Amino acid sequence: MSPDRPVGDRFRRFREHLTERTRPAGETAAERPAAADGPTGSRATGFGPGVGRTDAGARDAGLAPHPPRDAAPTDRRRRGGRGGRGGEQLTVPPAEFTSYYGRPILKPPVWKWDIAAYLFTGGLAAGSSLLAAGGQLTGRPALRRAGRVTSLAAVSASAYFLVNDLGRPSRFHHMLRVAKLTSPMSVGTWILSAFGPAAGVAAVAEAAPRLPTHGLLGLGRRLLPPAGHAAGLVAAVTAPALATYTGVLLADTAVPSWHEAYPELPVIFAGSALASGAGVGLLAAPVDQAGPARRLAVGGAALELWGAHRVEHRLGLLSEPYTEGTPGRLLRAGRALTAAGVVGALLGRRSRVLSAVSGGALLAASVCTRFGIFHGGVASARDPKYTVVPQRERADRRG
Amino acid sequence: MPDINSLYGPLDPAPDAGWVDAPPRMGFFTDTSVCIGCKACEVACKEWNAVPDSGFDLLGMSYDNTGALTANSWRHVAFVEQPRPAGHRTPPFAGDPTGPATSPATAAVGAGTSTDTGTTPGLPPGRPEPAARMAAGPEFLGMPGTQPPGRATGAESRTDFRWLMMSDVCKHCTHAACLDVCPTGSLFRTEFGTVVVQEDICNGCGYCISACPYGVIDQRKDDGRAWKCTLCYDRLGAGMTPACAQACPTESIQYGPLDELRDRAARRVATLHERGVPEARLYGHDPTDGVGGDGAFFLLLDEPEVYGLPPDPVVTTRDLPQMWKRAGLAALAMAAATVAAFVGGSS
Repeated sequence: MSPDRPVGDRFRRFREHLTERTRPAGETAAERPAAADGPTGSRATGFGPGVGRTDAGARDAGLAPHPPRDAAPTDRRRRGGRGGRGGEQLTVPPAEFTSYYGRPILKPPVWKWDIAAYLFTGGLAAGSSLLAAGGQLTGRPALRRAGRVTSLAAVSASAYFLVNDLGRPSRFHHMLRVAKLTSPMSVGTWILSAFGPAAGVAAVAEAAPRLPTHGLLGLGRRLLPPAGHAAGLVAAVTAPALATYTGVLLADTAVPSWHEAYPELPVIFAGSALASGAGVGLLAAPVDQAGPARRLAVGGAALELWGAHRVEHRLGLLSEPYTEGTPGRLLRAGRALTAAGVVGALLGRRSRVLSAVSGGALLAASVCTRFGIFHGGVASARDPKYTVVPQRERADRRG
Repeated sequence: MPDINSLYGPLDPAPDAGWVDAPPRMGFFTDTSVCIGCKACEVACKEWNAVPDSGFDLLGMSYDNTGALTANSWRHVAFVEQPRPAGHRTPPFAGDPTGPATSPATAAVGAGTSTDTGTTPGLPPGRPEPAARMAAGPEFLGMPGTQPPGRATGAESRTDFRWLMMSDVCKHCTHAACLDVCPTGSLFRTEFGTVVVQEDICNGCGYCISACPYGVIDQRKDDGRAWKCTLCYDRLGAGMTPACAQACPTESIQYGPLDELRDRAARRVATLHERGVPEARLYGHDPTDGVGGDGAFFLLLDEPEVYGLPPDPVVTTRDLPQMWKRAGLAALAMAAATVAAFVGGSS
């Protein structure tokens, strides 16, 4: 079942009814001890007898976990038809909730601004290496050169940001002890380990024409271009993974507004990476070679704007952190800059200056979007409202 | 072949982690109905595990001057003062001239205090409005006034109050997000089904901190690594009781095989219901809940959020397969867009 398509209430009730019926005797709600003087609590807070009390017993009996495995990620408040304007999210009622001295329940992320910056540089590295590969395969040397050089610079910056953010930077190589699919950071480490050297070789190969024609360096002059060609393709094949895994990196946390946005985050980041790569092309390439960069800007901007619109409107209460305060300002600025960049890219077919300005706008838009998403999540973890209210609603709905 | 429930659903964690002939899963049952708030557990934990101090400031959160679980506090005793009867019908402060025992004003101040715990994020401040609401009971409608308690109101407005205390600790979840997201393998599942950080491996990436649905694990500022309760792994290996449970004078913290503790807890709730404490309920005991049940679970006398616990936590890795799927689709879209940009069009 597609997670972004909420099942109707009626279907959910039907499914719960079904699990209730297929559950072995002794675990049905009806057979729970009826506490005459009080509730047995919700399933999460109550007490029940029998087989469900032990880990192994519950697993062997095939008890269904609650909430169900394919539960809709959140309570969606948009009741209007599809394609509505989405302004309805403002009808979220004021969140009354109980807390412990108003303190956050979650620990907000300890990641400093390095990680938000990495989201940008990682995406820029991916987008520009795709641009470089396209330029390489379609005979647009300016795109290839700019893409490869930017890609190496961006991936080097990424490595710096990632290591610098560690509590123990000298132990960064401990990341290479294991490979874990359950840890997006581990997956990302290995993606970067494949991408980084490839991007490096591709960029170094751009120096080949500057080498002398004879001697050992002359050998390099002849060998580097094919090596760069192969490395550029390896980098381009890895690039989409590098640009999108960061969406999973943020979503696979308890941070409410990141986690619930898991269907959109990879899309936003993919779009933002493409747009920033296109920005590099528009900045660096002459107008006659920049055609693909213009089209890439349109495609990337479409993905980014669609995704950002979704997280700002689909998540009910959890959309709020993305629309308020600094994250809200950053995301609005990102949207405006993206739109300006796309318009400029389309209008500036003949103007090098206009193309360069729109390329710069696209890069700035990507920075704003990444920091906006990052800080929106941090804000949602800082306020207990975003932890308690959705969970309380879910528990109450279950009864 | 991993268990079908290895990301979500009921599961016995130690065998799933690869332990052969694992001993029974061990855990804590913390019965808050007999907690007296002595903090012996906090002290014993610090003594045994050589946990650094976590600041000595007064926080204004009742008698809670620890504030939260941090890298330097692996047990945290929460104190909740509630303006309502404690189950019996004799108002303990009848005729007392001091007025309401709890005040929204003090709770609101308590929300903003902090102390240098030596950790990040440590003890971030809360918001005063919900804190005031917590002390004022359900009828609170605005921000607190400035009058001292009992000065402005008459005896008729005085309320009874009860004091809730709970010793919080790492939950040692069946589906531990911190462990699953750890990129170095520093966090691991012990043969007792508990979750432990290996300090010689941790490189302080901070992923576990964002992943924990209970806000337990935290990072020390001076050494950069993440620390949390080990359920006294060293003592368990020697057949001893964890320090906090050993020190607890009222057996509020009980240690033992988890199955046995769950049985004992269910009986305790039934007893309390019989004795007229209908609000007693268990938290984290259910192997079918969102984290597959906790290795450290609780008997509470109010909703979990009153104690600063999430009401219905779900392990984030439940949705991980869908997340990877979405990332894969986005990556394909990205590749397709690039191809289209270079192939389509004339310039």
